[in-house]
Amino acid sequence: MKRTCLYQAHIALQAKMVEFAGFEMPLYYKSIAAEHDLIRENVGMFDVSHMGEFIIEGKDATPFVEALFTNRVEALNPGQIAYGFLCQEDGGVVDDLLVYKHHQNRYLLVVNAANIEQDFAWIKAHLKGEVTLTNVSDDFGEIALQGPQAATILKRAFAYDPQALAYFSFEETTLLDQPVLLSRTGYTGEDGFELYASIETTKMLWQILLDSGVQPVGLGARDTLRFEAALPLYGHEISRTITPLEAGLSFAVDLTKPFIGQEALLAQKEGSLKRRIVGLKLLGKGIMREGYPIYAGQTCVGVVTTGYKLPTQDDALAFALIDAPHHKLGTQLEVEIRQKRFPVEVRNKKFRAKKTKEKTEEKYENT
Amino acid sequence: MKTPKGLYYAETHEWVKVEDGFGYVGISDYAQHSLGEVVYVELPEENDHVTKDTEFGAVESVKAASDLMAPVSGVVVAINDDLEDSPELINEDPYENWMIKVELEDPSEIERLMNAEEYSAFCEE
Repeated sequence: MKRTCLYQAHIALQAKMVEFAGFEMPLYYKSIAAEHDLIRENVGMFDVSHMGEFIIEGKDATPFVEALFTNRVEALNPGQIAYGFLCQEDGGVVDDLLVYKHHQNRYLLVVNAANIEQDFAWIKAHLKGEVTLTNVSDDFGEIALQGPQAATILKRAFAYDPQALAYFSFEETTLLDQPVLLSRTGYTGEDGFELYASIETTKMLWQILLDSGVQPVGLGARDTLRFEAALPLYGHEISRTITPLEAGLSFAVDLTKPFIGQEALLAQKEGSLKRRIVGLKLLGKGIMREGYPIYAGQTCVGVVTTGYKLPTQDDALAFALIDAPHHKLGTQLEVEIRQKRFPVEVRNKKFRAKKTKEKTEEKYENT
Repeated sequence: MKTPKGLYYAETHEWVKVEDGFGYVGISDYAQHSLGEVVYVELPEENDHVTKDTEFGAVESVKAASDLMAPVSGVVVAINDDLEDSPELINEDPYENWMIKVELEDPSEIERLMNAEEYSAFCEE
């Protein structure tokens, strides 16, 4: 199993370690629920060094990325970031990723740890024009500093004032006299930052943040936080067989430009979607978990993709992939939990409002 | 990890405390610690019958659901109602907070469970 550069730090903190995407990662340090609350109310940090990073550069970098990525990058200014997908011809998702634009001839792609090899192979197989693709995943560590106090911590720990840094933008700066790429991004629905740096610098940043009183947060809370903020997880709400449109993520798909999967997604949009990722609330006791079937009468009409009973929420909640027309808000369905059926209701999947900083005006918006 | 003497333990990490022909069943300290925060406990109803080595309910942490396996067979004569509203009691004291009380139908089943010493060694493997 692989380990990140912060593995020894997790062991020293007595984290509960688990296997995730081929890496030995901290599930929690003390408690998932307490770490969840910490991010919502104050600040915490995640080791996300397992994430993959690729550099795409060359004269044709922009048209090349544009032809693979569902969102528009041509219109981004240097220092801006776009969220989107690599899709198959049939619209299924190879991965969801962030594309950081350094300038017209250079991009940084941040991909899911579990997909590093397949993404690299996918991009390489489609290489076109004057571009080079480099996998720099092993050269970078990454720390996600998240929560309403994240900006304050950056000022206090590193004398770095992020006030001018808009949501979904980044800056190449120096912290501790070392180069750090710092972006105002995250996966929690809170304000926050992601810091990319060399292995040695990442270890130093982590230690300084710990010394500044920032508590570490594990993958357990990372998942409950993204779930509560209606953010998808690859392999659950999106996958090779679930398209971004089915997942309700059309904001990150620009159907007006050509990219791999555009035709299939256009057809899917025009033919009306046959199934959708929805929010579910359980009417009664119990917890819905991934893989549990959903019924309308005797007909199976879907499956749970992620489910939790969060201490911050009154109801047991889930995301589920549901066949039309059963996906409509307020529809009463049933979930099967250990051979027993329980009533559920389709609800808005934004279980909680996001509190990220607003995007600046010049940010692309999907039309 | 606490492993009180006098209880009998199953490989699936449930314990049984025998009193007057009844068995109180719960999960071990090792089990609650592995699970993390318990947020829901699903139990059978009174008068249901449970069978050794088959599922009698589930205990759910924030992260996942785990089956509860009956370490003994018999009719459920009582369930611990407190766990419905306060599942976290399992984390706070897994031995004080039993889950079901079973009328033991085959006392020899107890002999096939581990004692505290054997169970401690089993958990360290």
